Amino acid sequence: MAIIEADGLSKTYRVFQKREGVLGALRGLFHREYKEVRAVDRVSFTIEPGEMVAFLGPNGAGKTTTLKMLSGLIDPSSGSASVLGFTPWKRDDAFRRRFALVMGQKNQLWWDLPASDSFMLHKEIYSIPEAQFQSTLDELTELLEVKHLTRQAVRELSLGERMKMELIAALLHQPSVLLLDEPTIGLDVVAQVRIQNCLREYHKRRGVTVILTSHYMRDVEALCDRVLVITRGKLVYDGLLSGIHDRFAGMKLVRLEFFESVPEGLERYGEISRIEGPVVDLKVDRDRVAEALGAILDGHAVADLSVQDPPLEQVIARVFEEGRSDHEAA
Amino acid sequence: MKPLETVPPEANSPASSVPDSIPRDIVRPNLDPNAPSGVRKFYKYIKIFRVTLVERMTYRGDFLLGTFLRFVPMATTVLLWKSIYDSSGRKSLGGFTYRQMIAYLLLTHISRMFSSMPGLAGGIARDIRDGTLKKYLLQPLDMIGYLISYRAAHKAAYITTSAFPYAIIFWICRSFFDVPSWTTIPAYAVSLALAFVVGFAFEACVGMIGFWFLEVTSLLYIVMTLNFFISGHMLPLDLLPRFWANLLESLPFQYMAYFPAIVFQEKIQGAALVRGLALEAFWACFFVVLARVLYARGLRRYGAYGG
Repeated sequence: MAIIEADGLSKTYRVFQKREGVLGALRGLFHREYKEVRAVDRVSFTIEPGEMVAFLGPNGAGKTTTLKMLSGLIDPSSGSASVLGFTPWKRDDAFRRRFALVMGQKNQLWWDLPASDSFMLHKEIYSIPEAQFQSTLDELTELLEVKHLTRQAVRELSLGERMKMELIAALLHQPSVLLLDEPTIGLDVVAQVRIQNCLREYHKRRGVTVILTSHYMRDVEALCDRVLVITRGKLVYDGLLSGIHDRFAGMKLVRLEFFESVPEGLERYGEISRIEGPVVDLKVDRDRVAEALGAILDGHAVADLSVQDPPLEQVIARVFEEGRSDHEAA
Repeated sequence: MKPLETVPPEANSPASSVPDSIPRDIVRPNLDPNAPSGVRKFYKYIKIFRVTLVERMTYRGDFLLGTFLRFVPMATTVLLWKSIYDSSGRKSLGGFTYRQMIAYLLLTHISRMFSSMPGLAGGIARDIRDGTLKKYLLQPLDMIGYLISYRAAHKAAYITTSAFPYAIIFWICRSFFDVPSWTTIPAYAVSLALAFVVGFAFEACVGMIGFWFLEVTSLLYIVMTLNFFISGHMLPLDLLPRFWANLLESLPFQYMAYFPAIVFQEKIQGAALVRGLALEAFWACFFVVLARVLYARGLRRYGAYGG
């Protein structure tokens, strides 16, 4: 049975259109103009227990709005969703005790108190038994290597340390569903990797179901098999991360190293993106790769060759671009 | 020759295959061994009270000084009323003798010690605007319950640490006071406790306006300035013309300063006292319910528009 289900989830915001100038502001007092913005448009998907799924999409695509609906912060304009068998925006205590939302740009800890005080408060808010609280806390502080920092006021911690504390606070009550909105935003590579490792390890141990949004493909590649791509509020892809290449990347990168200099006439197999000494990079259409390689190997002495998918970041960037231009054309 | 196996560059062991350790019945609402029941549900609010109390007690030096400074203006007030009484040539104004007047003004400080909620309304409005409100929506935590525990702790810390300076000040001013009878003391205590609830819930209601308007500081300023006067903090309501006195005595604001003071001074007794306390209890309930309704409506609006 699915642990998270969204069916035709939509959210339309009414945005007040402010007029320019003093006169405009005065007119706005009497006659307000609104614009309807479809932040999320009929999004449907299901997630099974224990999955780790990434939400990908450019800024303003509707990722965070979707997460907000799934966590019950806002209610949808239409459609339905179920998380752990609950309707999130009814905000049952029983539901809230079993999930957590971490927002990389929002602080949930008490700014002036040491993190350990916030943890104690969480223990009471979630009624966590003492033994479970201690063991979870030990486990998490060890995983993230922050045991020595819990007595320090949160405002004195670095961004990375604070994010780790946020993560600990979110996991203390052992949620079954964890929603992460850009948990590594603004962090250096070391802190990013530490948080990735913690999430991976924690997932392995507890089987928590995770939805993650991130702008860092590194996060996504390290953690998630399955991705949902959202552009302009619409779900445009739901499948394996590796499948993104098949679906969106029309070509592969072929790197050839010849024994002698690079021969002429390679353009007919695909676009040459780089020539360096005897090495050439070719972009070849996916379904012509076999044919092109056969022809080249027949005609020339090749020392080495590799075939790769283009970097995921590039593919994703193209998907985002397409989403944008589709929208503008419409 | 066959083309080589393609190797995607990102094949560094993703770990998101579903582990076996997941219980099959994970999607079931009532699988919650830690769910608190009955009285246990309120335990967390007591805990919040304790944590906040510890936090606030670190500022006790600040309290001590603040309490003394608060009474410095009292010296000028005493002189002012002295000259008012002298020049009027009357022994009592609005039923207050000069001694009673000074005692009244000192007592309103005690009332305000319970009913004033500095920063409560503004804090709620700010939480709504900057999104801190999310905390109460995501966690199994009630905002009003949380805030009342927090404020109660503030008050407890404030009252215990300022008891000593207050004792000194009241001892210095002892000649102004008539010692109330023993039956008045419990009524006074009840009126102060209810003053806390009225003060809290009223300010909470004002703060909830933040759900509908982004900027509430000027409104807050007006409400608080007005409250200083209509609660009787500045002078006893009896000094006003009859119409205004009657009007203000039928409004809830008097319970934040005037009413507890005159209970202590035994200007209201017997059946009138019981009725006064009952009305105070009514207003306390009224504002608590109103705050709840505004919160529920505000959240509905927040869910529809904001986030």
